[in-house]
Amino acid sequence: MSGQLWRRLRSVFLVAGTSILFATGCGSKYFVLHPAGPVAQKELHVIEWSAILTLIVIVPTLVLLAVIVWRYRDKPGNKARYTPEWSESKKLEFVWWGIPILIIAILGAYTGKVTFALTQPPQKDAKPITIYVTSLDWKWLFQYPGQKVATVNYVEIPTGVPVNFELTSDAPMNSFWVPSLGGQEYTMPGMATRLWLEADKGGTYYGHGANFTGKGFADMSFSVIATSQSQFNQWVSQVKAASPALTKATYQKLKQPSTVGKISYSSFPPNLFNDTIWAEGGQYMQNAMPSNSSTVATPTNGAMSGMAGMNQDQKDAK
Amino acid sequence: MPTALKHFADTYLMWNEGYLIWISDALIVLTVIGIVGALTYLKKWRWLWDNWLTTVDHKKIGIMYLIAALLMFFRGGVDALLLRTQLAQPGEHFLDAEHYDQIFTTHGTIMILFMAMPFLFALFNIVVPLQIGARDVAFPYLNAISFWLFFFGAMLFNLSFVFGGSPDAGWTSYPPLTELGFDPGPGENYYLLGVQISGIGSIATGINFIATILKMRAPGMKLMRMPLFTWSTLGSCLIIIFAFPALSVSLALLMLDRVVGTHFFTMMHGGNPMMFINLFWVWGHPEVYIVVLPAFGVYSEVVATFTRKRIFGYSSMVASLMLITVISYFVWAHHFFTMGAGADVNTFFAVASMAVGIPTGVKVFNWLFTMFRGRIRVTLPMLWTLGFIPNFAIGGATGVMLAAAPGDYQYHNSYFLIAHFHQMLIGGVVNGMLAGMYYWWPKMFGFRLNERLGKWAFWIFNIGFYICFLPQYALGFEGMQRRMYTYPTDMGWGSLNFVSTIGAYLMGVGFLFIVWQVLYSLFHMERDTTGDPWDARTLEWSLPSPVPHYNFAVIPTITERDVWWAAKQRGTTDLLTPSAEDIQAIHMPKNSGRPFLMGFAFFVAGFGFVFNWYILAVIGLAGVALCMILRALEDQDEYVIPVEEVRETESALGRL
Repeated sequence: MSGQLWRRLRSVFLVAGTSILFATGCGSKYFVLHPAGPVAQKELHVIEWSAILTLIVIVPTLVLLAVIVWRYRDKPGNKARYTPEWSESKKLEFVWWGIPILIIAILGAYTGKVTFALTQPPQKDAKPITIYVTSLDWKWLFQYPGQKVATVNYVEIPTGVPVNFELTSDAPMNSFWVPSLGGQEYTMPGMATRLWLEADKGGTYYGHGANFTGKGFADMSFSVIATSQSQFNQWVSQVKAASPALTKATYQKLKQPSTVGKISYSSFPPNLFNDTIWAEGGQYMQNAMPSNSSTVATPTNGAMSGMAGMNQDQKDAK
Repeated sequence: MPTALKHFADTYLMWNEGYLIWISDALIVLTVIGIVGALTYLKKWRWLWDNWLTTVDHKKIGIMYLIAALLMFFRGGVDALLLRTQLAQPGEHFLDAEHYDQIFTTHGTIMILFMAMPFLFALFNIVVPLQIGARDVAFPYLNAISFWLFFFGAMLFNLSFVFGGSPDAGWTSYPPLTELGFDPGPGENYYLLGVQISGIGSIATGINFIATILKMRAPGMKLMRMPLFTWSTLGSCLIIIFAFPALSVSLALLMLDRVVGTHFFTMMHGGNPMMFINLFWVWGHPEVYIVVLPAFGVYSEVVATFTRKRIFGYSSMVASLMLITVISYFVWAHHFFTMGAGADVNTFFAVASMAVGIPTGVKVFNWLFTMFRGRIRVTLPMLWTLGFIPNFAIGGATGVMLAAAPGDYQYHNSYFLIAHFHQMLIGGVVNGMLAGMYYWWPKMFGFRLNERLGKWAFWIFNIGFYICFLPQYALGFEGMQRRMYTYPTDMGWGSLNFVSTIGAYLMGVGFLFIVWQVLYSLFHMERDTTGDPWDARTLEWSLPSPVPHYNFAVIPTITERDVWWAAKQRGTTDLLTPSAEDIQAIHMPKNSGRPFLMGFAFFVAGFGFVFNWYILAVIGLAGVALCMILRALEDQDEYVIPVEEVRETESALGRL
């Protein structure tokens, strides 16, 4: 009961801060404020708490400003005190060095906690699914190493299952962002980064590249379609049955700068994702990559130790 | 022949690109004809050369910075209005993607590097030597070089719009998008060279003002007696000399990638684009403090003067300035929390970024308590200062929100971020620069600006600001990314964008009011004959307005903080004005045309590199070398103002 009230209050605070001025109010278009998964939910918590904690400083500041400017205005007959030489007060200064330090300490600790938590799968109970994401000029390629299918500009995921997006780029750097499900991560050529997301409920979620990549950037939207596990399985078999294969040649064509609609592929060349990363001597970001779910085979080139394979090796060594 | 001409017109003059180019061409030609015509008709060429182009006087250099900053403010503002017009409604076709990309790139670059930077250099130049009791900066000749490098760097950058094409990869210019493979045109070269050339000037300015403040103070002007604007200049210049080299290096390496074919930041041969991003922000974040610290300095002067009260917590103010100076180096990675660094790295930079909020908050409270139990006069400088506080409170709050890394994963590159940094850079920096301009305008020119028009400008600009940028916070929550040239109707972003565009236009109208105010005041001057029109506190107000070119006939001895105010209170102002018998001959630096010519030589070299016309580049660099050699061979760069002349000038000003 009180928890619910508190939650309401918090969203009232937050919305008041940003939407006093406009009539559009807080509809469901405010993706960030209406999370559809545990990651976005955690991030919204941080957003709300940081807003509330800063308001503790901001509101008194604005009130003080209004009161002081009114009370001490230079009008003949103003009887308010005037102390032109008063310029030191250890007590007062202690207060406004102290309170912000306290607030930052609290917020900093909470921020650190969530930052670390977000590098882990959103939940331990369900087995995660891995999807490789490659940003191209100006489209998104998704490969399902487990299901062996691939899509362009849309990605199907099962609800209630943590999704391990492994991200790279075969074009200028972009950023993979699905605001309803959680914050973004850069896609960079020559390396892979990881982003955990999960959808609680079924639906089609808006996604878009968030880092500028030139002329076709504004067209780099994609949909994330979350369905139940069984519908997801059905979709996979449908794609396998009815779609063409993604070959190396089609990939080379797909890579060329252009904008396209949604495409499905029944298969993709094995190691395409790894080969893309290693094409020019890439580097894997091990720090950001806890190794519990990588399913990538070692790269075709034996001279380079594989990206995800390397993580696996290290784990085995321990 | 006509085909060759058409090729030239299409390739370099871009006449196939449409009416924006034609209008700009026409305006440039008309402006040039107008200026040349007026100078010739009024026989002012000699005057222009002797008094301005060759000057090494810090006050005149400051005025030239100010004029340049206002012109660039206009250009950057027009860019902004073009962008907002394009975004006013979904699916708009006012600009195409390529033009939109170019315009947001030039808007950002110009506003930061060619508007904010010269604006604060204007105030450094005009104010600092006068506040500390010096006759000029430590290296006046170098100061002139700084200005002309900035000026010609800015000219080179602006030239791109009508000759060859503008850069189009954002003011941050991230590779690999900016590598030749993705961006072959000359635009990116213009960016790299224009910013590089003016950046050299900025480093020199940083060195110059650190030397000036540390070595040129009047006797008795201890560090802890310095006015806070001078302190903020010191902080800002310390950041400049540590941060700008990182920018120079990153631009130079990217230039090598593009010109010579190295692979520092390419996708090939082990190139690492992340290195550029790090280097860029190692400069880029401190840059924010470079521009905002002087604004803090201005607010401190203005608040104390217009409440007729000592600044509250002076030592705290100095401490917080220096603390910000140091912390500013430890926050750069918050510009890319989403680049895949580990949670440990992100947490460190998140907490460091939040920590900047602490000294900044302290400053705001100290300003508030300076007003507390004071007598607040709401003049134009004070109005812009009061307008700054709510802006900065909101911008600071959203800044702390952005610093919380998990929150940033959602805000990054969205309009929430855009709204935040415009709130800091307009509400924080532009407000401060304008407050400073209004405050010291009488000192610069000897007359005050019309208050009524100025108040109109303030209210229109500020109301416009909130209408423009508050909706953008909401757009961020709605998932709108920055740098999209258009957006589909079904996202529902149309209405907020439309509101935002209205606000942008109001800001434009506000700016026009400032222009009107200046022009009006030129014709209806309210002359300042006292030298101290605001009843102010610091040393510069003990001088007549405008200040004679040697500043102080006799260098005063400083006995305390707010020395002019204290002298007025005790009735001992004559101790700070010269007496005839103390006046001695004054050594002053000679004017020189070489800084101007050297700037021009840099321009020629830069222009050559932009188009890979190496002969031109070599000629330009030879010119630079020649200017340096000639300077090295110069023996006599000072002259003496005889005692009689100083006495005459001072008595004509009624000071003897």
